[in-house]
Amino acid sequence: MEHLTNENVEKLKVLAAEIRRNVVKTVYHAGAGHLGGPMSAIDILTALYFEVMTIDHDNPAWEERDRFVLSKGHSAIALYSTLAERGYFPKEELHTFDEIDSRLQAHPDMNLLPGLDMSTGSLGQGISAAVGMALGAKLKQQSFRTYCMIGDGESQEGQVWEAADIAVKYNLDNLTVILDYNHLQQYGWKGTEGRTREIPVFSPSSRWGAFGFHVISIDGHDFKQIVKALRDAQRISGKPTIIVAHTVKGKGVNYMENNYLWHSKIPTDQELALALTELQGGNVQ
Amino acid sequence: MSQMTTSPQFVSMRDVFGDKLLELSKRDPRVFALDGDLANSTKLDKVAENNESKFLQMGIAEQNMLGVAAGLASVGLQPWVCSFAAFIVKRAFDQIVVSIAQPKMNVKMIGAYSGLLNGCTGKTHQSLEDLAIMRTQPGMVVLAPADSVELRQMMEYANQYDGPVYIRVARDSYPDLFDEQSYRFQVGKGVTLVSGTDVTIISTGTQTSRCLEAVELLKQEGISAELLHLPSVKPLDAEAIIASARKTGVVVTAEEHSIYGGLSSSVAEVLVENFPVPMERIGVQDRNSESGSNSALLNKYGLTAEHVAEKARKVIARK
Ligand SMILES: Cc1ncc(C[n+]2csc(CCOP(=O)(O)OP(=O)(O)O)c2C)c(N)n1
Repeated sequence: MEHLTNENVEKLKVLAAEIRRNVVKTVYHAGAGHLGGPMSAIDILTALYFEVMTIDHDNPAWEERDRFVLSKGHSAIALYSTLAERGYFPKEELHTFDEIDSRLQAHPDMNLLPGLDMSTGSLGQGISAAVGMALGAKLKQQSFRTYCMIGDGESQEGQVWEAADIAVKYNLDNLTVILDYNHLQQYGWKGTEGRTREIPVFSPSSRWGAFGFHVISIDGHDFKQIVKALRDAQRISGKPTIIVAHTVKGKGVNYMENNYLWHSKIPTDQELALALTELQGGNVQ
Repeated sequence: MSQMTTSPQFVSMRDVFGDKLLELSKRDPRVFALDGDLANSTKLDKVAENNESKFLQMGIAEQNMLGVAAGLASVGLQPWVCSFAAFIVKRAFDQIVVSIAQPKMNVKMIGAYSGLLNGCTGKTHQSLEDLAIMRTQPGMVVLAPADSVELRQMMEYANQYDGPVYIRVARDSYPDLFDEQSYRFQVGKGVTLVSGTDVTIISTGTQTSRCLEAVELLKQEGISAELLHLPSVKPLDAEAIIASARKTGVVVTAEEHSIYGGLSSSVAEVLVENFPVPMERIGVQDRNSESGSNSALLNKYGLTAEHVAEKARKVIARK
């Protein structure tokens, strides 16, 4: 339960940079897919899969494993790249992303790829399933935890708040929701400086707090803060936790950062080269 | 047949949709465009960027968006709600039923990225059920254009008509089949694109252009196929269906939709009740789809011109 050592932080940074490189390469190769949202989520996924979750990549269906639901399913490539890095499947398979007959569907399909705990893609639905998993663990008296990542745009779906109500009602302290709070969605609300940070009337901390969640706010790209928050959540009893992770859409590639157009845009040859150079050596932060 | 163009060009359906809605929004003070955070995909952004006061961002909250549209319609406005067909039709269907269809609200629903071909987004984003679902609603007009000429005319019709209309719009470019000057879309009416005597092919939406290719393939083998395009899935042109079936004696239906509940079911209902003939159906069979390129998807799920021709040969053999 100790804090991360600097050495561990360095290790995670290197992994995250490699995962980011593979995301950019895969989307470039496929000529389709999302980039902004995946890049924003990668540090959190890296912390979960390499530091926090109790999992066994050789036995992805192990009943006692911690569960992860990517409710913002359009960021599938970030999860695939993380799972590949963790050894769930060969990295070369990333090349099949988005193709016919591939296990790596545009949105996660749990029936195709071992290691995916839930199928998602229509926003707002994953968090309900995560609530069901956590409730199921309680009903079956199993000790696994359930983690669920949602988007800030996704939080506009009413279903998110229906799920929140039930999580609190059933005291799901075995559930950790992580909000990837990058202030951007696909098209969104136009502001004075263009479509930059315009998710309206949304104060996640106070909202989730009002619903009865334990709220932790962090910088979603600082591994020490991410891991500490995920571990602190494990010790909260009687209620679910939300980690409001302040993130940057397109994180790690300068020209993608904070630009809504990179929600789903395919890099040119030149842009690919630039991205890979920037992501060299793990110095993303 | 004179309604068809002699020089078909590929035109982007979504661009045409955006341009036409921009035009309507400038011309008609009642028209407002409602977006569920997909305007740059659906091309509703043409309204956002060129007539901003007519653009309402509703966020990623489709159920609420359809409910708000009902409210706007109830005070005399004409909301055009546009999202991916998968999300407005399936996700907000109870809202469509209770707030829009039952009270007969003047709401126009645009299902973008309809059918199978969705730019590699896979089964969560495909809509293979929208025709089936929407036609269950009394009074709902359900339309599927074959090309951009027809789409523009349908939007013109929807703007004039007072009541709920659903139009399924394709993401990609399709060849323009109709001649802008002579073609007139009429709700509830089919269009005989090719006359023939051996087999009737009935299609809707973007599948019609693939059926036109199939007719050519069949012609080369000496088979005379009749192609009946039904842009209006509801109301349906029962008379045209019966007349053509009477003439050829066998029918193939084709749609970029599940074989359950959509055009093929509609046609089968008409035929069974009036003039039963052997029938074969082109559409996505009872299976889940996946991500992939357009050509890979069409091939794997059996929607190419060759597949249509094959079913035509098969149904003729059943005569
Ligand atoms: C129900 C539903 N409506 C619309 C979409 C299309 N869509 C995919 S991603 C996205 C924006 C998501 O924004 P956010 O949740 O903030 O994710 P991020 O910015 O991290 O990518 C939209 C509208 C969808 N997948 N599901």
